[in-house]
Amino acid sequence: MSEGIGARVARKEDKRFITGKGKYTDDIRMENQAYAAFVRSPHAHAKVKGIDASAAEAMDGVVAVLNGHELTGDGIGNIICGWAVSSKDGSPMNMGAWSALATEKVRYVGDAVAVVIADSQALARLAAEAVEVDYEELPAVAFADKALASGAPEIHHNAPGNLIYDWEIGEEAATDTAIAGAAHVTELEVTNNRLSPNPMEPRSAVATYDAAEEHYTLYTTSQNPHVARLVLSAFYNVAPEHKLRVIAPDVGGGFGSKIYIYPEEITCLWASMKTGRSVKWTSDRSEAFMTDAHGRDHITTAKMGFDADGKIVGFKVDTIANFGAYMSLFSSAVPTYLYATLLSGQYNISNVHCNVRAVYTNTVPVDAYRGAGRPEACYLIERVLETAARELGVDPGDLRRKNFIQSFPHETPVIMTYDAGDFDGNLDKALAAADMAGFPARKAEAASRGKLRGIGYSCYIEACGIAPSAAVGSLGAGVGLWESAEVRVNPVGTIEILTGSHSHGQGHETTFAQVVAERFGLSIDNVSIVHGDTDKVQFGMGTYGSRSGAVGLSAIVKAMDKVEAKVKKIAAHTLEASEDDIVIEGGEVKVAGTDKAMGWHEVGLAAYTGHNLPDGMEPGLKEGAFYDPVNFTFPSGTYIAEVEVDPDTGVTEVVQFTAADDFGTIINPMIVEGQVHGGVAQGIGQAMLEQVVYDEDGQLITGSYMDYTMPRATDVPFYTIEHNTTVCPNNPLGIKGCGEAGAIGAPPAVINAITDAIGTNDLQMPATPQAVWSALQTVKTPMAAE
Amino acid sequence: MSNVTMTVNGKSVSRDVPDTTLLSDFLREDLRLTGTHVGCDTSQCGACVVHVDGRAIKACTALAVSLDGSDVTTIEGIANGADLHPMQTAFKAHHGLQCGFCTPGMIMAGIDMVNRYQAEGKALTAEAIRHELEGNICRCTGYHNIVKAIEDAAGAMSGMAKAAE
Repeated sequence: MSEGIGARVARKEDKRFITGKGKYTDDIRMENQAYAAFVRSPHAHAKVKGIDASAAEAMDGVVAVLNGHELTGDGIGNIICGWAVSSKDGSPMNMGAWSALATEKVRYVGDAVAVVIADSQALARLAAEAVEVDYEELPAVAFADKALASGAPEIHHNAPGNLIYDWEIGEEAATDTAIAGAAHVTELEVTNNRLSPNPMEPRSAVATYDAAEEHYTLYTTSQNPHVARLVLSAFYNVAPEHKLRVIAPDVGGGFGSKIYIYPEEITCLWASMKTGRSVKWTSDRSEAFMTDAHGRDHITTAKMGFDADGKIVGFKVDTIANFGAYMSLFSSAVPTYLYATLLSGQYNISNVHCNVRAVYTNTVPVDAYRGAGRPEACYLIERVLETAARELGVDPGDLRRKNFIQSFPHETPVIMTYDAGDFDGNLDKALAAADMAGFPARKAEAASRGKLRGIGYSCYIEACGIAPSAAVGSLGAGVGLWESAEVRVNPVGTIEILTGSHSHGQGHETTFAQVVAERFGLSIDNVSIVHGDTDKVQFGMGTYGSRSGAVGLSAIVKAMDKVEAKVKKIAAHTLEASEDDIVIEGGEVKVAGTDKAMGWHEVGLAAYTGHNLPDGMEPGLKEGAFYDPVNFTFPSGTYIAEVEVDPDTGVTEVVQFTAADDFGTIINPMIVEGQVHGGVAQGIGQAMLEQVVYDEDGQLITGSYMDYTMPRATDVPFYTIEHNTTVCPNNPLGIKGCGEAGAIGAPPAVINAITDAIGTNDLQMPATPQAVWSALQTVKTPMAAE
Repeated sequence: MSNVTMTVNGKSVSRDVPDTTLLSDFLREDLRLTGTHVGCDTSQCGACVVHVDGRAIKACTALAVSLDGSDVTTIEGIANGADLHPMQTAFKAHHGLQCGFCTPGMIMAGIDMVNRYQAEGKALTAEAIRHELEGNICRCTGYHNIVKAIEDAAGAMSGMAKAAE
């Protein structure tokens, strides 16, 4: 069986995971290891008037109790947001100070004020409870709209009215004019519910300081160890980069939440220097709920205008985004350049305007979670479209088709240039696979069982492969978003790929090897992928935003181009042929049309012995490359959900889910489909189950799996997956990316199906049984089964 | 502190541990069998499922001292030398894992449910597998391939049981 591009190859990395031999951060134990436990605020907003650690310090086995004054006194810098977004009046965003350990004030439940280092984890936790903190409680606000109201408690003194920025994109006057002249206007208010990412592996860190070398080593649960090292070094002043090694070993899922460098990792590094011990911290799930960056949390009103023919003439959007108590690393970009720039959807719209106000609240910081901005955009557009179709009395598929963008490249009014797509084709494939023709019969059959059956569409587009460095730099990004690779051909011909991408479930050890093996005609067993260690791998930007294929693999291809060129030179020299006649296939380097050939491994050996190389050629066979994308990539697709609602209880079941995706070139369909399955499950979770709940005082109500509903196996169906491929014209393999599509496309499809079933559009996520039942009570003539 | 002696993956082990030590900590910290994972603190996620005297339990719900004399099998103990257990093989063949963190618990729960259903002569349908997985959370796979893997392994294990008869 082929192992190359397009082959369903079982994963190389699986063996260690299915035998219990994976190596996650919490599995690491250093000599002389101590444990950290954090003293966290029980209040959403309070002044810290004093800390009495004497009882804790007196406990046998407690190594140290450290606080924020000591941390800042040692020059550890504040945590920053790395993407500058200005308000529409030109003023810079109002970023409040965030110390890894709070000094004067705590701003959310869970904000750390001190850390205990002790000989055991149990003792550290016990001692943390013995630290007495004198708080003066302040009024708190947890909800974004209330934080903007006059008289709301001020969370940061440099953010009056709790406003971080008031930003806009698109032409407001033109959009207003277009909507004013529209034959029909659909208005909708939606909330995008606040979520907790919940990778199954909790965050963890093991920090070691070598005093003789003045060198730190940090094992941590990171999606981007080099970015972590850069930030720890350049902004938090932990150590210069060459004195800091960051290793992200096996990482048990990320979904965005492991992009960021949190207070705990910073504190463990600093504490290892202070105490002379290796310091380990592993979050428990309750801690994860109150410290891992949350996702989404938008309140939005929208108006879409249509002409008499059903063509969209304008789309006006006003969004309030809850940022929590501090600005996390990429928080500012999420509701702006990852959200508002996608508000044209798959549709040819001349006028789009979006205003976004970002707001501080006394809640956990909010940042990118699987999809990051694009789920919020897709949910809004697709709910508005479906609502409009119902108001206009037209088929929701037909209304979408009438407005689909048909030719590429297509420039939207919100600065994106879509490069390729086939939106009609996606819809056609989804409709066929979902058996739309059979829906009326299924609905009637469900009715005979007393169930309300509904169907809903979602036609999503997203921007992946982030991102062109100069473009994001002009938009305020503090980093470039290229990727790096090094291809090392060993003297025996086996290959090591050093990549800046990081795999935390995505299967890079297999898919990347497939691409390399195909290029050089080798078995994937002869290729290994090295990642996740700043001492082994050149600087790279990591994995998020579905960028590993589109950006990471492109860098590998660039490096392979260089390797191939050198291999051909060596073979041409050895075989006394022209470079142009050399071909690489089946593990051999041949002169085309002759029987002259060298084994791949012979070329490797020739490169390293250096006995007979072309004049002036350096020995060795190792090439590196940096790849900077020229544009975002634009995966798209149509998702169709079918649900059944029990009208007596509101209990809703997703009975069918069909996805037709255009991801560009697919390396391993098995892995890609797995990504869709997981994304769709998270999307169904957002639509029906998941909600981070705060009370009015900022107390976190959903602090464990007892309160926060994770999707279980019974909550999701088997998924039907179709592919409708148009290749991306802007990267060497034609890849668009597949990691986030499911989480982006699924929520509106599910909600559109439920609202179809119950006969009202007045429904917000999560559509719990109570929410669905309550919505049903507002329907005067429910389509109740006879 | 109490002395705990048990058989773990076929070997007798004995340690003095604090009475508050959970089985999950005993396995991970005292025996360094780190394949058993801990993903929550409320016994919901199932990443820590192991077998005690032939039955699946969540290792975070039991004190090590309460299992003195027990026979414990962890994810590290189910393969027969280099031969993987059919459940392990099926998870790989069906891409039933991504990040791998919930996987040990899923595999141990899968083996247990197949054994129970086969002992009772009941068919382990996809619907039954989903119901049985209520105590095992996966964030990566959307469960589709996990259910397929357990279905497939159930067939292989049935074949094994018949061959052994």
